[in-house]
Formats: sequence, structure tokens, C-alpha cells
Amino acid sequence: MFRFIAIRLLQTIPVLLIVATVTFFMVRLAPGGPFSAEKKVPAEILKHLEAYYGLNKPLWDQYTDYMSRLVRGDLGPSFKYENRTVNEVIASAFPVSLELGFWSLLVALALGIPAGVIAARHPNTLTDHVPMGLAMAGICLPTFVLGPLLILVFALMAGWFNPMGWDSPRDRVLPALVLGAHYAAYVARLTRSGMLEILNQDFIRTARAKGAGSARILFRHALRGGLLPTVSFLGPATAGLLTGSFVIETIFQIPGLGRYFVMAAFNRDYTLVLGTVLFYATLIILLNLIVDVVQVWLNPKLRFE
Amino acid sequence: MTAANSIAPSEPVEAGTSLWQDAWHRLQKNRAAVASFVLLVGMTLACLVGPWLTGQAYDAQNLALSATPPSAKHWLGTDALGRDQLTRLLYGGRVSLMVGLAATAVSLTIGVLYGAISGYLGGKADAVMMRLVDILYSLPFTIFVILLTVFFGRNIILLFVAIGAVEWLTMARIVRGQVASLKRMEFVEAAHALGLRKRRIILRHMIPNVLGPVIVYTTLTVPAVMLLEAFLSFLGLGVQPPMSSWGSMIKDGAEKMEEFPWLLLAPGTALATTLFCLNFLGDGLRDALDVRASKD
Repeated sequence: MFRFIAIRLLQTIPVLLIVATVTFFMVRLAPGGPFSAEKKVPAEILKHLEAYYGLNKPLWDQYTDYMSRLVRGDLGPSFKYENRTVNEVIASAFPVSLELGFWSLLVALALGIPAGVIAARHPNTLTDHVPMGLAMAGICLPTFVLGPLLILVFALMAGWFNPMGWDSPRDRVLPALVLGAHYAAYVARLTRSGMLEILNQDFIRTARAKGAGSARILFRHALRGGLLPTVSFLGPATAGLLTGSFVIETIFQIPGLGRYFVMAAFNRDYTLVLGTVLFYATLIILLNLIVDVVQVWLNPKLRFE
Repeated sequence: MTAANSIAPSEPVEAGTSLWQDAWHRLQKNRAAVASFVLLVGMTLACLVGPWLTGQAYDAQNLALSATPPSAKHWLGTDALGRDQLTRLLYGGRVSLMVGLAATAVSLTIGVLYGAISGYLGGKADAVMMRLVDILYSLPFTIFVILLTVFFGRNIILLFVAIGAVEWLTMARIVRGQVASLKRMEFVEAAHALGLRKRRIILRHMIPNVLGPVIVYTTLTVPAVMLLEAFLSFLGLGVQPPMSSWGSMIKDGAEKMEEFPWLLLAPGTALATTLFCLNFLGDGLRDALDVRASKD
């Protein structure tokens, strides 16, 4: 197990270096620059700015400069937010995204798992069709439709919530619900199919024959195996939650990292774009690793591979 | 053969049903899938023909009619610039469907080729190719699509390629798994033993057996791709004005929903309905084509 984790962690290093290189040249070879979008900067000042940020050096030197700083964990200064480094921007904005992601994941699991379990207990009855129909709706209704609709109904018409912002605890409800609903739908479907497969197996019949109650069968015997597909979905789901938060943060005007990233891309803020991409890539790779470890822990069959 | 004939000489030979006939019958019994298919065909036709029938141009502005509610002349009302919402919806449907189909074609081509080569070669090459897919899986690709579209202009062709290049991974895995297991199947060996040529084995035995999962997954890729296009358009990165797509119309509608809710409801409903139908059809196809999955 330790060896497995160590190998995977070591593999991450070349992957991240490649990601950094590809992204670096991709953003640099694109037309436009960080100071071309705004109103014309006088040529003198432009020269000064470019010298200050090292943009007047050959591209290759800029690349080696960036990489040598990157290895030391320094993501450089932001072009757009003066006097702030990319590390500072990420450190201030990411906790917001993380909190949004946490609540959303909680919504997804708290709604999805019970719905899937209920649906699997009596397949092809009303208690199966209703949650699964809702799940299909949750999959098909994009967050950027559901979000504005919920704002319209619960914030603008009912007045229960603020239509946007991230100040009071109450402001967490709508964004987390919108972002979580989509994943709750997937979780419900995966839980249902996982549970169906497990509930038809011999060891469940044995448990029943030995007189175990239906609650004991469900929680003690079935759930551990039945949740496997859901656990393996958590890797892609957290990645989806992170990128999905771009839209949510835009709709609800939340000052998270997703919004910074989209704005940085628009502003050609090279260092902030690169820093955010690398940060997200690292995060997603690590989350996938954690999911893999949890999977092996839940499913002893995988231990021999 | 002779033994079988001597046991039951009088019974007429029942015409065998092929895998595809079988699947077709199963699909026809699935009412949700059939209804979805009919609705999809109807909506596609409406989007193809509709913009000529509404008698309005998708980009004709009429500021006197800024954001009017639905009326006899403008069935879905007009947007803030006085453009006919129904025409824009149908026109946007063309764009959304076209992006969905074209980007799916790109992902299909890459995924099937990559998966087939990997599965066919096997051994070390297969291991390396699949490890690469694993690594790519773990990267935040939506971010790269955003970067590509921001930095290299919002060109619709680029949109197809960027989205298609992101969505091929699962397809490659599915095809690779199928090809790798088919290679070792007894009936393929039997075909070899009977002296069939490689070409014929591939055409007659491999492709039809891989086709089922590929069709199912393609049907499920289309909604994923359309959703990604709408997502990009919503962020202002996809289709650019005056052209419309459902994603960009939702963006415009969401900005003005308090005063003019119909501007959000029409494209939102259109997109959700299409995604609903495609997912139902994909589920139906999976039940019809995948005998193992349809048992539960």
C-alpha cells in the first residue's frame, strides 16, 4: 500500500511538469498580452512594465525562470492584481471554493445515497421510479439553468435568500444546492445499481436465511460493497465540483478561485492562469489518489493487483 | 449437422433473430426511449426547417419591440434587442445540435482509433497507452478547453476540436476493453481455425461486437458535449453574437430573468428537454444492446 502511494506520488511530478510546460507555451503563443486589453499603455511605460515582469526576455529564458521559481513553490506575481503574488491570490480565494465544494459534496451524498438505497430496495415500483425520475431531471438540468431558476423563485420572489453574495451562512444554501443537485443525481443512480448488484448476491441470501433483519442486512452487509461505484465516482465528481464551481461562482458572485481563474484567462494574466491550472491539476491528482486508496480499502479483491 | 437433422427432421427451422433485430425489438418496447427518439427527430427537424418558417431573421433587431412578452406575432416574445425569440431558439438549436454532433464525431474518431489500436496491440504498448489515458483522466480538462477558447479566439471549429479532444477518454477505454477481450474469444479463434481471413474476421466478427457499446456511449456523449458547449457559451466563451446557441441564450436570459423570465425559460426548457431525451435514448439503447446490463 505504501509502495503504491509512493509510486503514484512520484508519477505526479513529471505529469505536473508537463502540464506546466504545455500550459506555459499555450498561453504565451496565443495572440494578445496582459497589457494589450486595457486602454493603450504608453510605449515607454509598456517597456518598463515588460522589463519589470521579465516579458522582454526571450521566451525560453522566461520559461526557465518560471520553472526554477515553480520548483521552489513560487508561482510569481500576478499581472492584474498589483502587489499580489499568485500564491496570495490562491490562498485567499481557494478556501471559498473549498467551502462551496464541501457543502455541495455533502448535499450530493446526503441526497444521492439515501435515494439510491431506497430505489434499490424495491426495484421497478413507485419508490424506484420517483427518485430515479428526479435523478434524471437532476442530470439533465444544467447548473446554469437550475441556478437562475432557484434564484428567481427563492430569492427574488419568495425573498428567503440573497440572490447573490457570500457573506452570511444563509448565502451558502442556494449555491451548494445547485452545485450538489447534479452530482446527487449521479450518486443516486450509481448507488442504486451498486446496491441492486449486491442485494442479488448469495451472501445476502445467506444472511437473510440466518435471520438477519433487513436493516442489519442493509447497513452491515450490503452498503459496503454497494457503495463501491459511488466511491470511484467521487474522484471525477470532486474534479467536476471544482470546475462546476466556475459557473456557480459566476452566477452567485462568489469570490472563489473559479471566478479568479475565468477572469485571469480573460485578462491574459499569465502567471495567475498558470498558477491556477497547476493548483487545480495537483489537487485533482491527489484527490484521485485518495479515492483509489479508499477503494482498495473498501474492496479487498483489489489488494492483490 | 447431420446429427441435428436426424433428431428433429420434421420441425421447421426457426428463423434466427440477429443481435440487431433482437435489440431493435427490445428498444421498441421501451416507451420512454421511443418517445425520446420521436421528440428528438421532431426537434431536429424544427431547428433545421423552422428558422425559414417563422418569417423573422435571427439577427434582425427592432428596438421598438425590446423584450416584449410572447404574442401572436412573436410566439416566444422578443429579447432585449427586439429579436424574435423563437427564431433565435430554433437557430440556436441548430448550432447546439451541430456542435453536439461534430464534437462527438471528433471524440468518436479519436477514442475508437486509440482504443482499438491499444486493445489490438496488447502487451507493453497497451499498458503504456492506457496509463496515458489514466493520467489524462486525472487532469482538469475543462480548464484547458476554457484556456484554448479564451486564448485562440472563439472560433466554432476550435470549439468542436477542443470539446472532442476532451471527451474521447472514456470511449477509448470502452473500445480497448472490448477489443482486448474479443481477441481471446473462442468464436474468433474458431473463425481463425476455419481459415477466415483477418479482414473478414475484423469486419464480420470484431466490428459488430464492438459497435454496440460504441453506439450506446456515443448517444451518451452527445448530451455531455452539448452541456459543455452550453457551459462555455454561458461563460461567454462559446458561440459569439449575433449567432445564438442555447447556452448563450440562457446566459442572456439569466441576466434579465427578474423582468423577463421567458427569456430564460425557453432556452432552458429546450436544452433540458434535449438532454433528457438523449439520456433516455442512451439508457434505452444500453438496455437493448447490452444483454448483461439488461438482466437486472
